[in-house]
Amino acid sequence: MLGKTAGGLYWMFRYLERSENTARLVHAGHRIAMTRSTAAQDEWASILATAGADAAYRVRYDSYDGPSVVDFLLRDRDNPSSVMSVIEASRNNARLVRTALTREVWEAVNGCWMVLKDLLARRVNERDLPHVLTTIRERSAFVRGALHGTMVRNEAYDFARIGTFLERADNTARILDVKYYVLLPSALHVGSSLDNVQWETILRSVSAEGSFRYLHGGDVRPLAIADFLILDRRLPRSLAFCASKIGDNLGYLAEEYGARMPCHDMSDEICTSLRTSTIDGIFERGLHECIQSFIRANNDLGAQIEIDFKFNG
Amino acid sequence: MTDRRIFDEMTGDGSGTVRDPYTNYNEWFAEEDPKRLHRKAQEAESVFRLSGITFNVYGRAEADERLIPFDIVPRILSAREWTRLSRGIEQRVRAVNAFLHDIYHRQEIIKAGRLPAEMIAQNEAFLPQMIGVTPPGGVYTHIVGTDLVRTGEDEFYVLEDNARTPSGVSYMLENRETMLQMFPELFIRNRVQPVSNYPRLLRRSLSECAPQCCTGAPTVAILTPGIHNSAYFEHSFLADQMSVELVEGHDLKLVDGRIAMRTTRGYQPIDVLYRRVDDDFLDPLNFRPDSMLGIPGIMDVYRSGGITIANAPGTGIADDKAIYSYMPDIVEFYTGEKAILSNVPTWRCNEPDSLAYVLEHLSELVVKEVHGSGGYGMLVGPAASKKELAAFRDKLTAKPGNYIAQPTLSLSTVPIFTKSGLAPRHVDLRPFALVSPNRVDITPGGLTRVALKQGSLVVNSSQGGGTKDTWVLEE
Repeated sequence: MLGKTAGGLYWMFRYLERSENTARLVHAGHRIAMTRSTAAQDEWASILATAGADAAYRVRYDSYDGPSVVDFLLRDRDNPSSVMSVIEASRNNARLVRTALTREVWEAVNGCWMVLKDLLARRVNERDLPHVLTTIRERSAFVRGALHGTMVRNEAYDFARIGTFLERADNTARILDVKYYVLLPSALHVGSSLDNVQWETILRSVSAEGSFRYLHGGDVRPLAIADFLILDRRLPRSLAFCASKIGDNLGYLAEEYGARMPCHDMSDEICTSLRTSTIDGIFERGLHECIQSFIRANNDLGAQIEIDFKFNG
Repeated sequence: MTDRRIFDEMTGDGSGTVRDPYTNYNEWFAEEDPKRLHRKAQEAESVFRLSGITFNVYGRAEADERLIPFDIVPRILSAREWTRLSRGIEQRVRAVNAFLHDIYHRQEIIKAGRLPAEMIAQNEAFLPQMIGVTPPGGVYTHIVGTDLVRTGEDEFYVLEDNARTPSGVSYMLENRETMLQMFPELFIRNRVQPVSNYPRLLRRSLSECAPQCCTGAPTVAILTPGIHNSAYFEHSFLADQMSVELVEGHDLKLVDGRIAMRTTRGYQPIDVLYRRVDDDFLDPLNFRPDSMLGIPGIMDVYRSGGITIANAPGTGIADDKAIYSYMPDIVEFYTGEKAILSNVPTWRCNEPDSLAYVLEHLSELVVKEVHGSGGYGMLVGPAASKKELAAFRDKLTAKPGNYIAQPTLSLSTVPIFTKSGLAPRHVDLRPFALVSPNRVDITPGGLTRVALKQGSLVVNSSQGGGTKDTWVLEE
């Protein structure tokens, strides 16, 4: 396989995953704005920070009003992480690697782009926002479904999956990075209803409010939430789950190539560190520091994969 | 020019009868509900859009991808008609290859006085870097797309020989796929010769032209300028169908005297490169130094026998519009036979008598730039305004050598499906020929391009033309 093709698959699925994550963040923000209008401004600011789009946003706008933030996150072409920008980037990568995709996967991503280009052609009316956000997630799920259902399990599939999970791990970690303070034990003492909303928002932005309730009942404590998002391998958006998936797919590549590369060691290191950690230990060492060091390690792993598999020559 | 002189391929002279190849289709059509057909036509459009069978329009925003309109009425040729056409094309393609070999070696045709020396020496399409080079297998034009037009029952003309990097074959294949999906019943009523072999034949014929240094199964790749190129869809389609890599210049480099592509496991040499990049951009060391699309040093590897480039560099001299007018002589010189397919009578504007004639009859003629393509820079006299004629007259007088002129042919028509039923529109035909050391394979049919505007003669997709599925019936 061409190095460029491996890179194209990886980025196609990173961008696709990002579109879905951004839609989730906007959804979480929108919920807060509807239920707690006083907290909305801060919430939009932290959502922009999570999406890594705060600086770019402030170049254009002075205040964090909902419609502007939503517009910036969904449609703004000057925001390289807006849903429209990343869907376009994902599809461009798909065109680049068309020969490595099944017709179904290609048509799913092309269909996703066609539908969203239409839906996001103009400002999204408040009324239509839920529909638009659902469509973004649905369309991205179609692509993933086509990938699962039609692609041969070979290196192409592995690069697609590695891109997906690196992006997803980064996203969950960023949510924790921006919101770590509401999960600190000291927050418990505050005990206001606002904090409950914050916890809900965190769970909602990884589509995990239902599964958390199912697994933990009414026990909504910050420690349990942090444990769920960081270490629980049952949650498909937790750091531990993503890291172990990356490890698996890199492992298949090592088998296929008959060789281990530096990225394999880095991935093992991340997996081991998560497997041997407890949530208490993480809080002892410092939640924020741990999250930040994960983000760094995850980024470095991505960069090493690009080198080891010659994405860019 | 009156409508009576126009030959319609479905109804012939318009006396109310339907020509043989269309009898079956016509019966089917008469029983069809037009509403259903309209729905089908729309369905076809969404199929094309979803599969990404689009082309990018030059000079527009990169996101502007357009569909080439597809018409659901097939263009139908009988086996007899096709046999004659394919013989004519094969003869012409063989002559073109012999001509290219000669022109880059001994130049016998010039010595024999059949072609003026200055036609070659002063021609921009002549590539001095190819002098004395014999491509692997002796093949110059691995893929040829001969443009044909029809004016009557037995009157076909070659309009252009397209010996560089002819495009459009993906539409030939996808149009057929679409018709098979939409109208399976038509293919039961009519026995249509298949086209789906093309990608396999292409891969085989390219492999047969592998360089001598290739010992195992040849590694074939397609070189594309990238996703913003107007024909990118076709490049990726063919790579996909042939199961070969689709590469860009920056995926390739010179490694140990071979051109190699960067794979996830390191550099792997390429034996045959089907390039969809023009000569000028192929090698910044040998041609345009500012080219970002090519591979530095590929011409040197090519000349030393380390890679096959398809089509060979320098083939443009054979489809140059100034050389075109000599094609009947070229065919005769190399094959010893009269050309089966006619040339359109052509005035070479660099000859004073011809120029005088052309200037006098400008409003009746089609004038083309010698090096132009895609219908750009062309004057269609009968359709031009006085102002356009005057402006063109100035260009022509300033640089007569840049132009050739031809009579306005009354191109045949084939009906398209419109809101008000069938309506005749002008068409041309581009069959695709594959040349290997031992064989010429011509896929039955080809790409029919159709001018969608009533009366229009311009079939180019960049200027609003559409396409049709082209059927060649079994005997």
